[in-house]
Amino acid sequence: MRLRRVRAVAVKEVLQIVRDPRSLMIALLIPLMQMFVFGYGVSLDVKHIPLCVQDREASQASRELVRHFGASRYFSAPRPLAGQGEIVRRLDDGTCRIVLVVPADFSRRLNDTGAAAVQALVDGTDSNTANIAANYARAVLSAYSAGLRLDTVQRRGESLQTLSPVDVESRVWFNEDLESRNFIVPGIVALVMAIVGAQLTALTIAREWERGTMEQLVSTPVEPMELLVGKLLPYFGLGLMDAAICLALAVFWFGVPFRGTLFTLFFTTSLFLLVVLCIGYLVSVSIRSQVAASQVALLLTMMPTVLLSGFAFPIDQMPALVRGVTFLVSARYYVHILKAVFLKGSGLTALALPILCLAVYALVLVVLAARAFRKTLD
Amino acid sequence: MTDAVVEVEGLSKRFGAILAVDGLGFSVGAGEIFGLVGPDGAGKTTTMRMLASVMRPDEGHVVVDGIDVLAHPEQTKRHVSYMPQRFGLYDDLTVDENIRFYADLFEVPAELWRQRAETLLAASDMTRFRTRLAGQLSGGMKQKLGLSCALVHTPRVLLLDEPTTGVDPLSRREFWQILYGLRAEGVAMVISTAYLDEAERCDRLALLHRGRLMYCDTPAGLKARMPGAMLEIASPEPRRLRDAVQGLPGVEGVLLVGIGAHVHVDDAAARLPQIAQALAAAGVETTRMETVAPTIEDLFVALLERGEKAS
Ligand SMILES: Nc1ncnc2c1ncn2[C@@H]1O[C@H](COP(=O)(O)OP(=O)(O)OP(=O)(O)O)[C@@H](O)[C@H]1O
Ligand SMILES: [Mg+2]
Repeated sequence: MRLRRVRAVAVKEVLQIVRDPRSLMIALLIPLMQMFVFGYGVSLDVKHIPLCVQDREASQASRELVRHFGASRYFSAPRPLAGQGEIVRRLDDGTCRIVLVVPADFSRRLNDTGAAAVQALVDGTDSNTANIAANYARAVLSAYSAGLRLDTVQRRGESLQTLSPVDVESRVWFNEDLESRNFIVPGIVALVMAIVGAQLTALTIAREWERGTMEQLVSTPVEPMELLVGKLLPYFGLGLMDAAICLALAVFWFGVPFRGTLFTLFFTTSLFLLVVLCIGYLVSVSIRSQVAASQVALLLTMMPTVLLSGFAFPIDQMPALVRGVTFLVSARYYVHILKAVFLKGSGLTALALPILCLAVYALVLVVLAARAFRKTLD
Repeated sequence: MTDAVVEVEGLSKRFGAILAVDGLGFSVGAGEIFGLVGPDGAGKTTTMRMLASVMRPDEGHVVVDGIDVLAHPEQTKRHVSYMPQRFGLYDDLTVDENIRFYADLFEVPAELWRQRAETLLAASDMTRFRTRLAGQLSGGMKQKLGLSCALVHTPRVLLLDEPTTGVDPLSRREFWQILYGLRAEGVAMVISTAYLDEAERCDRLALLHRGRLMYCDTPAGLKARMPGAMLEIASPEPRRLRDAVQGLPGVEGVLLVGIGAHVHVDDAAARLPQIAQALAAAGVETTRMETVAPTIEDLFVALLERGEKAS
């Protein structure tokens, strides 16, 4: 690999980029727009989940419990249900996402044994919302039990100190206020980076074919690896700018807490960028029309990232086979890394495994991309 | 030829049902301008591409500068320059930037390529346009820029696919001056052209037809192969003239030219009166009728017709 030829290709590509202000604007504006569109559109924040209640006891204690749910901002005002049939109907037509069933012996059990169970039926069609709803219900229930316990203690006239406090509250770590946005926005950054990164390079080879410059280019001694590196360098710079835009929006606009270091972020983002740039390049090498290359690149990056990266659908709830497939989705590692860097402040050592996976991924793609380019017209 | 720089043997390329190049063989020596001529679709571009090793032949051998192109497609590229039929430079780069790009790809030392660019641009009267974007050049200037880029390293073999199509006569002269200069330097050149007056400037010519090499000789040698003679008949109604003359005994072919038609006959002295008589009978107006030296165009039409009849 000759440095001079790499530089020649890179300089040529930079000149072409800066002389095409429209494409340049698009390259910088698209991620901005996508961040807003996805950031607001895909927000999985769950508030005011439609709640129905079947109170089979209607005692003071059960009504108190229902009142707790109604007071929570997570649930809508509880709607009373009469029979079993109505539960199914309500869940089916979506007017109700979670049904709380209070058994007829609720207060008796509470008094006799000090413990009673209620049933929560959650609509699981949207697993994310279901999860969150179930967690909220648990949180409300534990707040309610804590109150009960306090009452008991005071009634017995014991001092608070003598009673060892039992903390049954399930705490949500790293995302204390349970803002799903904090989970989702780092995923959106990964999504936007995947789409934009591949788009940047998807046109670069196809354009040379379309404009007829490839025929002369392949007649020169330029090596495929030189062409690859020379062409990736400028887009790598552009991609980093896009990354900066996305990440800045995530922190300053969407208010996602950033607890990691900039270095970790830069390092991992560079790796992921390399992967998606190579994907775009590979598409560009295989498809000689710009329009088709752009569409294929979009499909290849967007679909797996949306469906299989764990950004919207939790990977651990996927069927084993699909879960296996997710290991082939590069965004999976980056989504994981971004969430960890943002919310946990994880460093390079904590993220060694996903970083390694991403690095191997990048290496394989670089080799593939350099080899895929053949210096012939047939 | 012992000092052949380009040697082609049994070269074939098929695209589906079309045999674009069919068993081609020729050789080009140092300091020789070798012309590829033939009608559209004859296989000129396909041949050029295989010589430039940007396309793999199905069969045959190509040896360029002593290196087997099929076995080592990348090794010859260092010493070969290829100028494709379609403009292959970057429209959004300036003249200088395009030249610099190719100088870098061929790793020409900075001093050398600057000096060469200067000379080449001056020779093609392009110095004024050095900072102009290639996309804003005229067709002729684009071709001259293409040649400058192809020559910025010092190639031993130059492959030019219809380099002067769409180039004005003045620029074509400059173009050929540069090629003659290269010939003196010992560069082997293969040039395809649609202009038959240009074919006459080549040292040797190959006539391609449907992928096959019909004839290969010097222009003078080819002309000597043309049997019979050429009559030039000036007339304001050349089409009627052609219809009247075609099919007469001894008439081998009729080619419309600017002032009327060229009629290829087996024997000028015997046929001239017969033709004059036939034209008068058909009422075709003629102003002049005489024997002329055949042009290359006449030659090719005649040779192609003979080839057609033979095959
Ligand atoms: N890439 C290709 N795929 C399919 N067919 C091709 C391809 N390139 C050339 N051909 C066919 O091969 C034949 C020879 O084409 P070629 O371009 O070599 O001719 P040419 O002599 O250069 O013609 P022109 O004067 O029009 O440039 C034509 O019939 C053409 O249609
Ligand atoms: Mg051609």
